[in-house]
Amino acid sequence: MEKKALRIESRLAQIGSIEEPVTGAVNFPIYQATAFRHPQLGKSTGFDYSRTKNPTRQVLEDASAQLESGDDAFACSSGMAALQTVFALFGQGDHLIVSLDLYGGTYRLIERVLSKYGISASYVDTNDMDALETHRRSNTKAVFIETPTNPLMMITDIRAVCSWARQHQLLSIVDNTLMTPLFQRPLELGADIVVHSATKYLGGHNDVLAGLIITKGKALSEEMFFLHNSMGAVLSPSDSYQLMRGMKTLALRMERHESNAISIAKYLTTHPAIEAVYHPYLEGHPGRAIQAEQCSGNTGIFSFKVKDARYVEPILRHIQLIAFAESLGGVESLMTYPAVQTHADIPLEIRQAVGVDDKLLRFSVGIEHVEDLIADLAGALEAARVEIEGGESV
Amino acid sequence: MSDQRDSGNEQPTKKLNFATRLLHFGSEIDRTTGASSVPIYQASTFHHEDIYNPPEYDYSRSGNPTRQALEDYIAVLEGGVRGFAYSSGMAAISSTFMILSSGDHIIVTEDVYGGTYRLLTSILNRLGIETTFVDMTDIELVKKAIKPNTKAVYMETPSNPTLKITDIATITEWAKEHELITILDNTFMTPYYQRPIEMGVDIVLHSATKFLSGHSDVLAGLAVVRTEALGASLKQLQNGLGTVLGPQDSWLLIRGMKTLEARMRQSEISAGLLATWLSERTDITNVFYPGLAGHPGREIHETQSTGYGALVSFDVGSGDRAKRVLNKVQLPLVAVSLGAVESILSYPAMMSHAAMPKDVRAERGITDGLLRFSVGLEHIDDLIDDLNQALQEE
Repeated sequence: MEKKALRIESRLAQIGSIEEPVTGAVNFPIYQATAFRHPQLGKSTGFDYSRTKNPTRQVLEDASAQLESGDDAFACSSGMAALQTVFALFGQGDHLIVSLDLYGGTYRLIERVLSKYGISASYVDTNDMDALETHRRSNTKAVFIETPTNPLMMITDIRAVCSWARQHQLLSIVDNTLMTPLFQRPLELGADIVVHSATKYLGGHNDVLAGLIITKGKALSEEMFFLHNSMGAVLSPSDSYQLMRGMKTLALRMERHESNAISIAKYLTTHPAIEAVYHPYLEGHPGRAIQAEQCSGNTGIFSFKVKDARYVEPILRHIQLIAFAESLGGVESLMTYPAVQTHADIPLEIRQAVGVDDKLLRFSVGIEHVEDLIADLAGALEAARVEIEGGESV
Repeated sequence: MSDQRDSGNEQPTKKLNFATRLLHFGSEIDRTTGASSVPIYQASTFHHEDIYNPPEYDYSRSGNPTRQALEDYIAVLEGGVRGFAYSSGMAAISSTFMILSSGDHIIVTEDVYGGTYRLLTSILNRLGIETTFVDMTDIELVKKAIKPNTKAVYMETPSNPTLKITDIATITEWAKEHELITILDNTFMTPYYQRPIEMGVDIVLHSATKFLSGHSDVLAGLAVVRTEALGASLKQLQNGLGTVLGPQDSWLLIRGMKTLEARMRQSEISAGLLATWLSERTDITNVFYPGLAGHPGREIHETQSTGYGALVSFDVGSGDRAKRVLNKVQLPLVAVSLGAVESILSYPAMMSHAAMPKDVRAERGITDGLLRFSVGLEHIDDLIDDLNQALQEE
């Protein structure tokens, strides 16, 4: 059966499963080899040196290209390595338009590294087409979107922004880490490049650091191949295998992440210690309609604000099942305090403008039983209330 | 090497002989269980027990205990203050070059590795970094290349593939007078034979894929710095760019490095015998090996290195003959790469230096008849017998 005709769940489950022609092994072997013997001078098996191309990495890359409906894919040693490789498309004097509520690592890459090479960026609410137009300059080369944003879950209309970008001959790049191709495929909506921190949902087990780049179009794919090989920030064969292994269960995991997150978000909206819940599935979320239109599901992370910043420390101390750690997208639930962890590198005024303040917590909901998670959270909120407000525990 | 991590180890590791340091580098035993090798920490993130006291490791891109053991290890071997591990040699090189900014100029050895040449001339040039390639065997040419915006000098010695020798101490001393950062690719010699930081070099780089790992099974890069200030800046870039080495590959590399001295010594003995055998043949036009009497720069090499290495290049007279030899050899892998337990025979004109125009290649002694032999651990008599039959003309 033609693999393209299969549904995404089937393609995920069978990544690498029927690719191994020699032994028929149902999982693709880990080619822990750096160099490949040339059968004859001037003849290559297609593999010469693993930085350029490795059979295990290749299976992962082909599967990723197909899942995202792209033409080619490139696996990198981390999500940041993927971003760095993509940004190497640009040179001195180039300008980028970037989502306002941006992952701290991407912000740091732009402001501390790219800025040294004369590459500048404007941070814009990519929902606001007028703002995009206002910030577009003659040297603007690309627009970079995260949707939903992290941690405030702002939604951007991918189709509208990509169409605008195309009109002005700008590349459109979408960080699809939070949604994964199971729920959102930006290349089908007009984007040129998709990037992933595959460390998150694609890997899914908090055990492998990896990044992916997926490109649309022959020229762009060739340019990316050149950069990926030349800069050398490639993913190893063992990590490529680990990532494929994780991706096989992506659909199952995402469905559970989604339903757990929605249940917990709904629970928190009714809790007296909670000031706001940011989840695009909830009624009243400003991006709800666009999200429903361009995605077939919802991610497992969301954010919420406690009514008083003093609650944060005791909550993080009292959660028992939920780990207090950076990162997201794993089978285990993690809670993050963006203001001091993931977003510490973003200046206070920018953080405050988008709402990443000291009352905000980000919850990456795992696949534990939802009742256990709610009980853990309820217990921590109550313990925090007793410490801050005093009085009897209820 | 970091003080707090070495606190449990009372032995002054630097005083030990190299072979002993290879096995007793400070992190060889797991503190928690006493296990005889450092565990593979296949974790992307780490639990924070206390929000106000973040753990030593918080996210594997920023720091991973297995990678840290490797980074401490190479720092001890090279005699530097801090080590860094990357996903490939090119990732180490490209991340290190990011200490430079737009408008900076760098002086680079003219027979630099092809991948470094490509990085400088097709990617870093777009970022406004200017390069002058010079013959570094002549200090006067190096001096002439300096400009007001020169920031660094980049060396490789012996060079690839003609094994030209650069005088490390003389160039480093001159560079220091002009406040230039000195960088040296030490891949061919390894710290067993050559420790440039002890001669004042600021940053040492490795394609650890080669001799350090030694088994053609791991793609990896390493950097070691002489000062804490450079350490801070490389740390920021390694984390910001995300070009890190995975924990499994870090562990494999540590495992390979433990036998570095044994492998290098054996390969060097064989390389010396092979070079002598080749130089006695009348049908070989030229043999390049720093251990041969009459090799240009041999005396300088002997002041800065304790060995001659395991690479022998030789000219069989013509491109046609080189091709016949490559098709007839049975034992060495015909492949790119080098520095492994198995011998590897490469053809620079069509492999590593294929991208270089023919006249530039000829100027640098990379003739059509030149072959590069990376001598492995096979018995030397078998290697010579095999090469003898391959060189036999019908």
